Amino acid sequence: MSEKRVLTRGTVVIDVDACKGCDLCIDACPPGVLTMTSHELNARGYAFPILSPGCTGCRICAQICPDFVFQVYKYDEPIELVVNE
Amino acid sequence: MTEHEGRNVVPTDRPPEQPATLVRDFTPDLIDVGTHHLCPGCGEPVAMRAALEAVAELGVVQRTIGVFGIGCYTAFSNNLDVEVLQALHGRAPSLATGVKRAKPAAFVFTVQGDGDMVNEGLQEVIHTAARGENVTCIMLNNGVFGETGGHMTATTVIGQRTKNTLEGRNAEDHGHPILLANMLAGIDGSAYVARGAVNNAHNVALTKQMITAAFESQIAGRGFSFVEVLTMCPTGWFIDTTEAPEYLADNLAAVHQIGVLKDVARADA
Repeated sequence: MSEKRVLTRGTVVIDVDACKGCDLCIDACPPGVLTMTSHELNARGYAFPILSPGCTGCRICAQICPDFVFQVYKYDEPIELVVNE
Repeated sequence: MTEHEGRNVVPTDRPPEQPATLVRDFTPDLIDVGTHHLCPGCGEPVAMRAALEAVAELGVVQRTIGVFGIGCYTAFSNNLDVEVLQALHGRAPSLATGVKRAKPAAFVFTVQGDGDMVNEGLQEVIHTAARGENVTCIMLNNGVFGETGGHMTATTVIGQRTKNTLEGRNAEDHGHPILLANMLAGIDGSAYVARGAVNNAHNVALTKQMITAAFESQIAGRGFSFVEVLTMCPTGWFIDTTEAPEYLADNLAAVHQIGVLKDVARADA
């Protein structure tokens, strides 16, 4: 297993229990760092997004989310996150 | 064991520990509670958000009175931190007229769907535009009566599958769609008419600009302003939520074309 460092400019806080699992954020995310859970469900019984390193803080997920699930932060200085491959 | 364990997952249950700036909150200040009962993938909450953000940014919160029609979006009528009146089906433009005439200092906008505005009360919005009433009407257009199960409306495009046009709307049996924004742009009393959509981030930003311009038009006292917003209704369209943005672009937006149809402020300049 090798390690890779991924430049990460932003991050999101996800209100998991507000999510209805519509998947719109998954397709909309430009760096493709959001993926839906495959078997884990929230309190409403829906799958919800989880975040991988590499978020740019672009806000597009929050712009298209019908359920106001995302709170978006931009790091004051970009950080590097370690990814195991 | 959760799916988070053993994977390259960034924690998203709390704000970041490193110095960071909040660039977008869960909900704007004027929407009280984020959770609502609209279906997964619905476009209406995004349009509502754009409108409420514009109200806040223009500094008219204290004198805003919203008038709601009847549809799925009515779920937001008791969830906003502005005054809201509930109109009967299709009558919101007339109720808004009364409010504006009684309280000229008020900032008045309506929220209606295509079923409410074009089927149930088409004459109300046409006469309100023709009188040049200084109010803003927002129509959320998904081409179906979403609240009652996805039936055809007067804006349903040719070929669109709905609950009662299972083989797709055809002109011979069901007539042609009414392009309301185009119709209102041709009326002398209208000052600003535009059509946006919420099927991608670009169009959401564009729609927010249109709603802001319409609101500014009212604040400047130019007369009737109107923004139609094409919204996704995957439930009423009988498609997967992820297919809905493209379905909107390929079907609804191909007929109800996105853009600013009329802006007298720009024409004067």
